[in-house]
Amino acid sequence: MTYIAKPRMHHPTLTTNKVGYTRRDYEGPISTLCAGCGHDSISAAIIQACWELDIEPHRVAKLSGIGCSSKTPTYFLGASHGFNTVHGRMPSVLTGAYLANRDLLYLGVSGDGDSASIGLGQFANAMRRGVNMAYIVENNGVYGLTKGQFSATADRGSKSKKGAINTDSPIDLVGLALQLGATYVARSFSGDKEQLIPLIKGALAHGGAAFIDVISPCVTFNNHSGSTKSYEFIRQHNEAVSRIDFFPPGEEITASYAPGEVVDVPQNDGSTLRLRKLHEDYDSTDRYAAMSYMNEHAARGEVVTGLLYLDPLPTDLHTSLNTCDRPLNALGVTDLCPGSQALDKINSGLR
Amino acid sequence: MQVTNTADPTYFHKVVDCQWACPAHTPVPEYIRLIGQGRYDDAYMINWVSNVFPGVLGRTCDRPCEPACRRGRVEENNGAQPEPVAICRLKRVAADLKADVSARMPGIAPFNGKRIVCVGAGPSSLTVARDLAPLGYEVTLFDGEAKAGGFIRTQIPRFRLPEAVIDEETNYILDMGVKFHSGQRINSMQALLAQGYDAVFVGSGAPRGRDLHVPGRTEAAEHIHIGIDWLASVSFGHISRIGERVIVLGGGNTAMDCCRSARRLGGSDVKVVVRSGYEEMKASPWEKEDAVHEGIPILNYHVPKSFEHSAGKLTGMTFELVRAEYDAKGKRSLIPTGEADVFIACDTVLVAVGQENAFPWIESDCGIDFDKWGLPVLGKGTFQSSNPKVFFGGDAAYGPKNIITAVAHGHEAAVSIDRLLHGEALTQRPPPMTNLLSQKMGIHEWSYHNDVSNDLRFKVPWAAAEKALASIKVEVELGFDAATAFKEASRCLNCDVQTVFNRTTCIECDSCMDICPMDCISFTHNGEETDLRARLKAPAKNLTQDLYVSGELKTGRIMVKDEDVCLHCGLCAERCPTGAWDMQKFLLNTTPAGPRCRDSHFAHIVTAEAA
Repeated sequence: MTYIAKPRMHHPTLTTNKVGYTRRDYEGPISTLCAGCGHDSISAAIIQACWELDIEPHRVAKLSGIGCSSKTPTYFLGASHGFNTVHGRMPSVLTGAYLANRDLLYLGVSGDGDSASIGLGQFANAMRRGVNMAYIVENNGVYGLTKGQFSATADRGSKSKKGAINTDSPIDLVGLALQLGATYVARSFSGDKEQLIPLIKGALAHGGAAFIDVISPCVTFNNHSGSTKSYEFIRQHNEAVSRIDFFPPGEEITASYAPGEVVDVPQNDGSTLRLRKLHEDYDSTDRYAAMSYMNEHAARGEVVTGLLYLDPLPTDLHTSLNTCDRPLNALGVTDLCPGSQALDKINSGLR
Repeated sequence: MQVTNTADPTYFHKVVDCQWACPAHTPVPEYIRLIGQGRYDDAYMINWVSNVFPGVLGRTCDRPCEPACRRGRVEENNGAQPEPVAICRLKRVAADLKADVSARMPGIAPFNGKRIVCVGAGPSSLTVARDLAPLGYEVTLFDGEAKAGGFIRTQIPRFRLPEAVIDEETNYILDMGVKFHSGQRINSMQALLAQGYDAVFVGSGAPRGRDLHVPGRTEAAEHIHIGIDWLASVSFGHISRIGERVIVLGGGNTAMDCCRSARRLGGSDVKVVVRSGYEEMKASPWEKEDAVHEGIPILNYHVPKSFEHSAGKLTGMTFELVRAEYDAKGKRSLIPTGEADVFIACDTVLVAVGQENAFPWIESDCGIDFDKWGLPVLGKGTFQSSNPKVFFGGDAAYGPKNIITAVAHGHEAAVSIDRLLHGEALTQRPPPMTNLLSQKMGIHEWSYHNDVSNDLRFKVPWAAAEKALASIKVEVELGFDAATAFKEASRCLNCDVQTVFNRTTCIECDSCMDICPMDCISFTHNGEETDLRARLKAPAKNLTQDLYVSGELKTGRIMVKDEDVCLHCGLCAERCPTGAWDMQKFLLNTTPAGPRCRDSHFAHIVTAEAA
């Protein structure tokens, strides 16, 4: 951590976005995580993505659980709504918040302990239900706050800082998300902002359950040789299947590619995701193919990154529940309690 | 781009903008930190070693350091009027608040058998004396005036520079066993050379004020004065009154001193009239502001046409109105507007339209060559004339400049003289003495104050106008008090505490790039400089500021840091998990005359290093 506050001064050429904020306005207080933590890079990517998307900070709710990763929402979007939940319960609280107010943009930030151990059931059910959110797991394979024990996502055979070998099978959150019906599934690496920022933008604009597993090296406990979540290991084994470019609504798409190389996927909110294939035989819109492709590559020790699966027409929880368009928390007494006449009408329908 | 060679002392020296801009290369951040710590004596001595006249310069310096100060650039678009650190006035704080430093003056070595003579006892000559006398040289100074100081004493009005300050700082030098012959103007170089000195230093300034030859000059001569001569007469008390209505011609700092002096000697209606536009005037911006502050109007684009007079008495001046036009090359010409000429009534005119060098006392057979402008032909950086024993410095060398430039000349000339008298080549100049030392004290602890202050520049308090204008001897600026000096010193960004990058330990985690408040750091692929400057995290548009470029990292990228607006806050180093960034203090002192400036010293070092 750092004692001094980040100086208020900024580069003289710093510009404002369409809603009048500079990138610095999307920051929070200075991080207290270890120097070099991958999580801080993810925070920086979220800041950049929100600035580029012209998001008004007060229209965002950031929710997290417990852990190093779950501390990070303090360090970005200082002017947004925040909720630090009980360990592993972020998806449930987020679901509730989303049900109450569908108008906010929901950003769930969690870690491998929070989502793959104590909160695995919460994670699974949020994915199943199609809660409209961007769910980011900052995955470092260790319990950093308790000094570096293997987490549930640590690869079998990988070595701890002290030399112990992990004998348990890892939980693959990406595989689970695919299986459970998430409609936007990606994996990225904290050390590759070029890939990560567009993925976060795509997730925020997706309109359904969007999940990003971001491998984020723990510099203190999991950045040694023998680790499979270190900066060096990920850089050596990173297999990006796609690059995406994100075009906000109304922006002209200029870059041109040879046919077959790119797929433009229009999004619910009018934006466009342009998928650039990096692996010829990879199809990001085929859930089952994606799953088997991933398994094959995982068996070879490769870490597949990029946008892995995208359902261009996602449905979400509010659609399934057939709720009204107005946020529930905005309904007044007369909406919620329409009177005995309305009750009579319902009752008569049941007779 | 090529990997930056930080072993070259000029690289980090350029990052310390103020020190780089200072002709004498005073280690500015070093002494500002000491002022912040209340160590005024130490701050004063750092200045004294480097610029010889801290108390004088702290009031009167042309301060080339301040326009160069990084603070002025980083405050741009940060919600305030961008202003540099008040470096000059902080220097004055060190001089004002210090205790007695006489015990810290250098000891004097026994006579080494060499005799040096300096013509004139102004800043450049005094610097030569200060540098050479402690080494055992016998230094003799000749000056036409009664006291040492040269233009410091004769040209700068007392309301800007009290005489006590001049006395103190000239006496430190005269007390070094220097032989000072006051009231003895040298009239013949030949005679001087005949006296067998081992070296002659000419620091006689640019003593002749330029005149203005327009109709009426001779007829009205009684009430027309040359600015620098008039200032000298005021300084010596020969003149204590001036007419009520005064016109000062000229737009330089001398004109500003003239108008403000006139204002104090009974001139109730004083005007400055210049040919050029207000912006192009040669005077320092703050000197113009000070004049305007005292209610002196500055009329620009007025070209003097004639002095008007009746019965041998000056009645006023006529001016032609012009406007500036620039050709394709940016060369300015003043075009008459065609409007009617302007007549301005006045009782006295002070002509401050420039100064000239004059060496009527140097005979043509002294072996000293002059160029077509009448300036001596000197070796570049050596200040040696075509007569190997004769050196020039200060205004006498390259025409009128300022005190700090004269001091810088003096230092270099002293090095030249020392090397000459040790039989060493003058063109070979000693490299500066440098040191680079980590400031890390703990994980979040640095041995400098890295928490950047958001304060705006503090204003120096002034004496009340009615009191200040009542007498020429009342000092106008009062100087910072200790509390304000502390706050102003805290505005310094510590640019000498360098961000030093170690490529081999970097793991490319991006932490430094993410934390940098000024977006100075980028990790990207190498390219040509212009291409690279355009695609950094923030565009590097200031071409006068270097890019710090590392060698290739593991991913094939390089680290590029734009030095331009770095706050030196050290957050990159604090957020670096591997210590690839470190904050290291770069101290550079120019090598003075003495054993360290001589080849024998380097031979010694080289041998030691080889062993």
